[in-house]
Amino acid sequence: MDWTALFLSLRLAGWTVAILLPVSIVTGRWLAYRQFRAKGLVEAVVMLPLVLPPTVFGFYLLMAFGRNSPIGAFWQASFGHQLVFTFEGLLVASVIFNLSFAIQPAQRGFEAVPVDVREAAACCGMSPMRSLLRVELPLAWPGVLTAMVLTFAHTLGEFGIILMMGGSIPGETKTIAIAIYDRVQGFDMAGAGIMSATLVAISLFTIAATYMLSARVGRRLS
Amino acid sequence: MTLEVMAKAQAPIPLDASFRAEPGELLALVGHSGSGKTTLLRTIAGLWRPEMARVTVDGEVWLDTAAGVNLPPHRRHVGVVFQNYALFPHMTAAQNVIAAMDRSAPDPRAEAERLLALVNLPGFADRKPAQLSGGQQQRVAVARALARRPQALLLDEPFSAVDRATRERLYDEIVALRAHLRMPVVLVTHDVNEAQLLADRVAVIEKGRAVREGTTAEVMADPEALRAMGIREIAAMLPAIIVEHADDGLTRLDAAAGPLFLPTIDGPVGTRVRVRIMAHDVILARKRPDGLSAQNILAGKVAGIVTGTGPGVIVHVQVGEDEILARITRRAADQLRLQPGDAVHAIVKSMSVARDHVARAPMRSEPAQ
Repeated sequence: MDWTALFLSLRLAGWTVAILLPVSIVTGRWLAYRQFRAKGLVEAVVMLPLVLPPTVFGFYLLMAFGRNSPIGAFWQASFGHQLVFTFEGLLVASVIFNLSFAIQPAQRGFEAVPVDVREAAACCGMSPMRSLLRVELPLAWPGVLTAMVLTFAHTLGEFGIILMMGGSIPGETKTIAIAIYDRVQGFDMAGAGIMSATLVAISLFTIAATYMLSARVGRRLS
Repeated sequence: MTLEVMAKAQAPIPLDASFRAEPGELLALVGHSGSGKTTLLRTIAGLWRPEMARVTVDGEVWLDTAAGVNLPPHRRHVGVVFQNYALFPHMTAAQNVIAAMDRSAPDPRAEAERLLALVNLPGFADRKPAQLSGGQQQRVAVARALARRPQALLLDEPFSAVDRATRERLYDEIVALRAHLRMPVVLVTHDVNEAQLLADRVAVIEKGRAVREGTTAEVMADPEALRAMGIREIAAMLPAIIVEHADDGLTRLDAAAGPLFLPTIDGPVGTRVRVRIMAHDVILARKRPDGLSAQNILAGKVAGIVTGTGPGVIVHVQVGEDEILARITRRAADQLRLQPGDAVHAIVKSMSVARDHVARAPMRSEPAQ
């Protein structure tokens, strides 16, 4: 059992969720409430990571973050090491790759808040921020929660993009999914089996716990 | 706290209306769906900004497109009751009411309970909206709108989502509540009866234009004004007092012009009410008729005759201190040779007065709120 790889995966998933939570609320709310001409294009861009093979996505990220790219050069100059083959590089890739998982359900959540309820909040004297905290989020939270759970579980299971971003440095970029792949390559079927089962258990537990929690809160609300 | 509104727009619907509502006055904006009346209400609340508009309350400018002033809804002290109430479903009735209070309000819970009692909903403070009936939800919505201590109270079709029996009760409650209100109230409705029962003034909105504005009695007697809403809506309001509930199911009322017998009207003896009598239900006779099934014969005299382009005329009949309207054919008016000043008898079938055409009379206002 490769505990280092497992903790790295959990750390990556946790940070990805932490970064995408505010992003999903702001962007999901914006897409849910606003009508504008390029909305379809924005939604398509958000959905893109869902349909592209991770290898394609990873390839572009590698190009964008590499030492010779402007972003990569800037990172190198600022932090003294390159972005690819590091945990930060993985995190940036993971955040971008999870945008669709984070924004889409949050958008659906905010779309479920009736327009007149939002207007009533404003007419009750609530500023947009207060309306978000007191009225919209309490009503949209199932969507936001689903977004975060999907993001977490999906990050744990991501393989292709991490492989492309150089995911084989233990403790830095070697996540549990990569570790399992390495074990299989090395004919360590028992080790791969244990780690696979662990991953299944963690993912199942996370999703099931969320669903049960939201069902309970949902019952209390209605 | 006078509310003054001017709005002009081309799209999405044409608007060209201006009106005002005085403190404590209830102005009804009456029109069909799509006439723009709700858009006007949304303009006051700040939920919509027409191309050219100006909204002021008590001299305070909420919106002035020419001067570039446009306060967001949460900066306007406005109370809005939405058509479907738009209560916050995750909050209890009391929490809904508290949500509209200033955060500096002392003892918000006590204030919420006071407001819920004011709208006849004591004891429901801790229920969620889903556990309340439509009428109860409407009361919470009214309490919430008042909790904002609004400079203008806006009611957007507040009775359209409840059944008829509940609506009749809510009419009476709004009439009673008005004694406690000092701000201008704007009611948007497509229901002419509702406007006549509740409003002091009426503005008829048609295709975004206020085609007629005046006192309720004036507008409701004006065939031109009511053309858009249907000329059959012309009616007069007759004040009366409940005198007796008879065993046969009729209620005897006393109006200034004499007794009226109507199908059972809820309310204890002594209750002051106003009865809406439709002009097309009134028959006129030169002499007091004999052997007639109609129970109500009011003696009066012709105060005026309004002739339009159609086959009918509106006869204003002075009965005691009040006036009722009769819509009869021009041919009948000619045959009777009716002239202003002539003595006539106005005949009203008891059964022609619908239950929801009777409302409690407003009580004298008392300072509160």
